[in-house]
Amino acid sequence: MAITIADVEHVALLSRLELSVGEKERYAQELSDIFGHVEELNKVDVTGVPPTAHPLPLKNVFREDVIQPSLPNAEALANAPAKEGPLFKVPQIV
Amino acid sequence: MHLPTAHELSEQLNRGETTSVKLTQQYLEKIERTEPRLHSFITVLGHEALAAAEASDRRRAYELPKSPFDGVPVAVKDNMITKGTKTTCASRILDNFVPPYNGTVVQKLQDAGMIVIGKANLDEFAMGSSTENSAFGRSNNPWNTDLVPGGSSGGSATCVAGGQVPWSLGSDTGGSIRQPAALCGIVGMKPTYGRVSRYGLVAFASSLDQIGPMTLDVEDTAHLLKMISGYDTKDSTSANLPVPDYAEEMRKGSLRGKKVARPKEFFTGEGMDAGVARVVDAAVEKLASLGAEIVDVSMPHLKYSISCYYLVATAECSSNLARYDGAQYGYRTEGAKNIVEMFSKSRAEGFGAEVKRRIMMGTHALSAGYYDAYYSKALKIRTLLKQDYDAALKQADLIVAPTSPIPAFPAGAKADPMSMYLCDIFTLSLNLAGYCGISLPAGFTANEGLPVGVQLFAGAFEEVKLLQASYEFEKALGVVGSRLPAVVG
Repeated sequence: MAITIADVEHVALLSRLELSVGEKERYAQELSDIFGHVEELNKVDVTGVPPTAHPLPLKNVFREDVIQPSLPNAEALANAPAKEGPLFKVPQIV
Repeated sequence: MHLPTAHELSEQLNRGETTSVKLTQQYLEKIERTEPRLHSFITVLGHEALAAAEASDRRRAYELPKSPFDGVPVAVKDNMITKGTKTTCASRILDNFVPPYNGTVVQKLQDAGMIVIGKANLDEFAMGSSTENSAFGRSNNPWNTDLVPGGSSGGSATCVAGGQVPWSLGSDTGGSIRQPAALCGIVGMKPTYGRVSRYGLVAFASSLDQIGPMTLDVEDTAHLLKMISGYDTKDSTSANLPVPDYAEEMRKGSLRGKKVARPKEFFTGEGMDAGVARVVDAAVEKLASLGAEIVDVSMPHLKYSISCYYLVATAECSSNLARYDGAQYGYRTEGAKNIVEMFSKSRAEGFGAEVKRRIMMGTHALSAGYYDAYYSKALKIRTLLKQDYDAALKQADLIVAPTSPIPAFPAGAKADPMSMYLCDIFTLSLNLAGYCGISLPAGFTANEGLPVGVQLFAGAFEEVKLLQASYEFEKALGVVGSRLPAVVG
């Protein structure tokens, strides 16, 4: 299935990736090639086959809800690109 | 002359023949000499490593060593979180990230007294098969520096093969330990999913990622696996199972009478380099000569493993990498006017081409209207693949496979993404099944003299069985320590 520039723009928007015109053209071609290859899966009959999302047969894993020390504020902020007081600082949201 | 293994260094330390400071200095000198040609590392920890070595020597002199490997240097792939030491994942988006905590495996290495000497290069976020996707330049194969070392754990392979460090840790999502191990002529193991905690391993595809040893011989793999394995409350997918003494158990097995499945889909010869095929076929004959019974089997869904893998892995990657948004850590673009622009520009400027490609593939496969056709379908194929493994392992104790269809290749030779993905044909399916596997040095191509690997697979948590077979197989193959690469520290 061919992936168009419009498809790439839609996916880039969902992925929060700003792409140049050149990148859009390149990814449309490359994703078309890759998803073209993936079409081979349509040859397999999967009627009644359950999905495997995870290799281990794990169900819910529980633990005691014990309070553990968390990262001190200063350490949590140490890698912040911008901060103000005890908070991360970002551009306007609304 | 051969490169000293970690278990040999451990014996020297235990007998008092050397000190950790001496060893660490020697390896730092080797790194300094060879790093311009190999480029194994993103970060080398000079004075930190020496300080840790001094502390180790003091323990050995005045207290008790923390483990037999107290004072032995080790390298870890730069997607494992190290407290106070930059952890980049070979990405611009994390090039200034200094973690405030240790990943579980790193903590376990330090608890054993080991000296973390460097953070090894990789393909950005472990996405690639050559290290060409590293934002900081590729690593070079010690056997021929014009060639790539494989990937994504390429730096973890070159530093061991090139004698810059006795052993290292890599991570394997679709072959990222085993393929570079094969291309660099060392041992690389992917443990069963859940054997080793993933806490502090920067996530690429959470249902496939697993950390494992990259070493000069099977014995070192057994020692390092024991050190990093075990249940971790911080990773709810880690297995709550006892950790055997792998190095001791390893010696108790024999291949005589064992059944080894040879899936015909792995031995069609299609796309396979003739020189590699000859070495792999000879290795299979060697298994038979050790008394193993080679059982021909069919695993009919193996041919779909690339399609299945690239849907599952990219779907998980698109979700995991959503966290890099420039808000709390990592790279942030300058002067964005609103939050969406900050996200989109930071990610566009911070991620490399392959990472963007995979995020978009995964997002597409998960998006409305395509989920059933792609992601959901891939999960069902994954079930069929796992059933193929279960059927083969019901008929046999182990599975044998080539590691890579080709030996080390020149940089730029696989510029088309699909051709790079095809390199992983023999490794991907094991991660989808979740079972354990190892790549062993099997020999060298006749023409170029490049290393070739061969894989053995075993079932869930059957690492003992896998190592027993590998230990005997390795001795019979006689490759380990037989030749030194062109660049060696």
